[in-house]
Amino acid sequence: MSFWRKLACVVLALVLGASLAANWLAPAGYARQYRDATNAPPSRTHWLGTDEIGRDRFARVLYGTRISLLLAPAAALLSTLMAALIGGLAGYLGGIWARMAMAVTDLFMSLPWLFLLITARALMPLNVSPLVSVFVTFLLLGLLGWTAAARVLCTTAGSLRASDFVRQARAAGLPGRRLFWVHVVPNLKPVLYAQFWISIPVFILSEANLGILGLGVAEPMPSWGSLLRELEGLVSLGEEPWKFVPLILLVVVVTSFQFLLSRQEELAA
Amino acid sequence: MKSHGEKLKQSIHPSGKAVAVALFCLGSFLGHALAQDGGELRFCLHSEPKTFDPLKVDDDASGAIRYLTGGVLVRVNRQTQELEPGLAMSWKVSKDGRQISFRLRSGVSFSDGTPFSAEDVAYTIQQLMDPALHSSTGDSFRSGAGNVETKVISPTQISIRFPAPVAGLDRLFDYVAILSERSPKREMAVLGPFMVSDYKPGSTILLKRNPYYWKTDEQGRKLPYLDSIRLDIQPNRDVEMLRFKRGELDLINSLDTEYFDKLAVTSPQLVHDAGASLDSEQLWFNEVARSPIPGYKKNWFRSAIFRRAISEAINRDDLSRVVFHGHAQPAVGPFSPANKIWFNSKLKPQSYNPDEALKELQADGFRMENGALKDKDGNEVVFSIITNAGNKYRERMAVLIQDDLQKIGIHVNVVTLDFPSLIERMTQSFDYEAIILGLTNVDLDPNGEMNVWLSSSENHQWNPQQKAPETTWEAEIDRLMRAQASSSDLKKRKEAFDRVQEIVVEQEPFIFLINKNALSAVSAAVHGAAPVILLPQTFWNAEWLTVSEK
Amino acid sequence: MRSLRWKIAGHALALLATVLLGGLFSATLVRLAPGFDVDERELDPHLNATSVQALHDARHQDESVLRFYFSYMKRAAHGDLGTSLALGQPVRTLLRDRAPLTLRLLAVGLGLAWMLTLTLALSAAWLRLSVYDTLTTVVSGTFLCLPAAVLALLSVLWNVPGSLAIALIVFPHTYRYARNLLVKAYSRPHIITARAKGLGEARILFWHVVPVVTPQLLAVAGVSVSLAVGAAIPVEALCGLAGIGQLAWQAALARDLSLLVNITILVTLVTLLANSGADVIGHVIRGQEA
Repeated sequence: MSFWRKLACVVLALVLGASLAANWLAPAGYARQYRDATNAPPSRTHWLGTDEIGRDRFARVLYGTRISLLLAPAAALLSTLMAALIGGLAGYLGGIWARMAMAVTDLFMSLPWLFLLITARALMPLNVSPLVSVFVTFLLLGLLGWTAAARVLCTTAGSLRASDFVRQARAAGLPGRRLFWVHVVPNLKPVLYAQFWISIPVFILSEANLGILGLGVAEPMPSWGSLLRELEGLVSLGEEPWKFVPLILLVVVVTSFQFLLSRQEELAA
Repeated sequence: MKSHGEKLKQSIHPSGKAVAVALFCLGSFLGHALAQDGGELRFCLHSEPKTFDPLKVDDDASGAIRYLTGGVLVRVNRQTQELEPGLAMSWKVSKDGRQISFRLRSGVSFSDGTPFSAEDVAYTIQQLMDPALHSSTGDSFRSGAGNVETKVISPTQISIRFPAPVAGLDRLFDYVAILSERSPKREMAVLGPFMVSDYKPGSTILLKRNPYYWKTDEQGRKLPYLDSIRLDIQPNRDVEMLRFKRGELDLINSLDTEYFDKLAVTSPQLVHDAGASLDSEQLWFNEVARSPIPGYKKNWFRSAIFRRAISEAINRDDLSRVVFHGHAQPAVGPFSPANKIWFNSKLKPQSYNPDEALKELQADGFRMENGALKDKDGNEVVFSIITNAGNKYRERMAVLIQDDLQKIGIHVNVVTLDFPSLIERMTQSFDYEAIILGLTNVDLDPNGEMNVWLSSSENHQWNPQQKAPETTWEAEIDRLMRAQASSSDLKKRKEAFDRVQEIVVEQEPFIFLINKNALSAVSAAVHGAAPVILLPQTFWNAEWLTVSEK
Repeated sequence: MRSLRWKIAGHALALLATVLLGGLFSATLVRLAPGFDVDERELDPHLNATSVQALHDARHQDESVLRFYFSYMKRAAHGDLGTSLALGQPVRTLLRDRAPLTLRLLAVGLGLAWMLTLTLALSAAWLRLSVYDTLTTVVSGTFLCLPAAVLALLSVLWNVPGSLAIALIVFPHTYRYARNLLVKAYSRPHIITARAKGLGEARILFWHVVPVVTPQLLAVAGVSVSLAVGAAIPVEALCGLAGIGQLAWQAALARDLSLLVNITILVTLVTLLANSGADVIGHVIRGQEA
């Protein structure tokens, strides 16, 4: 294993471990409000300062990591599998199937899903637990986020269908199912890994934006997305650089995922 | 006896006369030009104006344009809150409150040169009172069934008679911008200090000085001083602040508290805290009998003891201090103390006393069990508070209230929704438990809130459209509001509304939280600005402002 | 030739059907979402019961989705795209006035994004240096992790065009796909053989790698148009650009059915054209390669 991949493993393990040990590591609960110390800078008591209502930012980063680190990759996996199934299969079958699947994909890409999400929120009870709310959010993101990769996978699978080795395998009498899973799917992995890697931060950020619809993580539970929304107060960020910590953490985690995936990409290549 | 002027004329040689006249003209021209060279004022509107028709205004952006371009018969001075002559030199309201007569200025023209007369006022009123108009301005005058009669006595005199008394009749004309009956430019021909010169949808609106504006200053110079006003459409407050700091904007109305504090450190002369505004933020519970929430929750919410206990368990000082950084005051009742005429000064703010709140709940049958409050039937006290997403003050207040109520064993779920979804729950499905919203008070007169306090009204938020008042105190409020609306005696009206405020504080259908301060920022290049609490806050005296070269 | 004409006609018909279906689905989603039947103005305490009822009635004109959509199509056939409830202006005027700005924004943004993508991806695949790959991964990962609103605000802060914000939103997506496709292409046996036999890198790139990955890259390009359209909404809203993205956001908040249906149809058309174009060119190149 290369040095960077080892480092990535260590980083991810540390981050995950720290988030799971938040109960012990965090100086206070994520909801505890220090109302006399709002928007405080970093100090010995509050390592990353406090937010606008006095909650310890370090605690919120730790607890928020749990939600985002566990659910975002799960949602990314779901969207990747759906993309593989719809795009890959359509491209492999070709002809009218590919055309229909891609028309549906393009349509799917263009619709204002905002209203579906609003309706989903309306169907959920107001007193739903924060965990259920965030689970439903990431599930919806996973179910809606497959379209871009499906398009690329369809084209890639189409190219493979017409390639020499696939033709030879078909001529040799290999059944379609085996041909698809053993010979076509492995060659789709570069796109699948790219899709998975891109989806993680995209879903984390989308979860925060869905807060505007009542979905996502409910107060006072934190998530990376809600912490990243602090960056929108750009005017003052130059004087409060500690607010960049969630962003740096996200970049580090996403990059670590990429180093882990790059081994798989090399093997796939 | 010759006048000084005549003596002066005779003593000057004819050629000297010509020079004198030329110099006088030049001086007058220069003085005129210098006095009127007031620069361009720039600020943002936070949404696209929906209309330029002053009679159809029902959003803030259109209201701002109406204020700057519309000529009104009388104007509420935003600083003194007193009524002042506008296009009307004088006016008289009849004793029964049904008729108002105006004596108008003569020699006034619209921005396209069309002369102004009483016919235009009559035309405007007829348009305003058209039943098909459905505007908030028009509806404010609708006190009863029947037609409004206008009588043009002369080109400068008009009387208007309403079918029923209209409380605060004269002050309502502050919102009625007069339209021209004859101008081909229709609503674009205006009588105000500025006129719309250019409009780029989604981007900017440019207002230019109205060359026919009737007002002059004490020295006889024509107003406004400003050459133009540029209004940029920018909903995002962060971007607005960035641009103000870069010098691209001259004013910010309703400044965020964080930005106020930051600017106050670096440039204290630019920020203004005019004190408590008329606006309030409140929490209320769903008391609608037909709502789909569980019956045991309806019982809680319909209990005044429960509501008072919740009110007592909320730390309003912390709301003011933490959420608004001290730029807000704990609310007392429906009206802010800034409303000098109508605020009931006998009322005191609700004190924060969670122990007392818990005692009251326990006396009412609630009990604490393992840190959770339960009612007499064993139901855990859990409810949701919804508020509109994107309003960070309300979101933060909700989280603070969630924490406050947790201390007395009540679990609160905070849900932020997009505004249309929230309104739908509030006014149609009634599928909510508690809401935090605010009331933006543009009127000083309580009659403007008639539809909030009457139990039969749509805006009686906690339990709208009641066929008959469901509680004795709501019946009493109905009676008092109708009494004050039909009286022209200010003292009697005040007494009635004072009692309304007392009942509201006793029963807490609205749990009033805070009154925000009116915060604004004004660039050093702007001269003459005196921000106030009444809208439009910073540019209420736009015709007197100047902007120096940058 | 005749069969080609029939093919083109068939494709055009399929495109039209998809676009119209998009409009219908969009209308359905908007109509069924909560908040459609309400108007913010109802909360104005000055409005009396009759006026509030009038606001309700204005909304309920669009009660049946199918009825609305058929009447919309009938009017659209005559060039009348309806009137925006939120802005009180004809939709046709709104779209006509705002489309050029958005098209310019998207064109420049996508151009910049792809310049950056191809430069970095090609060099990463060509050089195969782990340090360089790590650096580009970190850079693209950083932009991927930045909220679109933050990038838009940064463009206002630094006084740079909104198209740069769009480019930085789109580039991380396209870069990763492009980089992976190129790396895979470079690892093909015939490329390794060509390298071993001393064929020049430029020749390998333009004669053996690019033709292989172009169809997939074109597919990514088609998808990037859709990404850019989505990015246009926060960028235009925050940068104060009066384009279609800003209009779409206003329409969504106001549940403006007419405007939303028209914008969806426009977006569907653009997406379909971009992706279909990419497919057609990809087929042609694959055909030439064969």
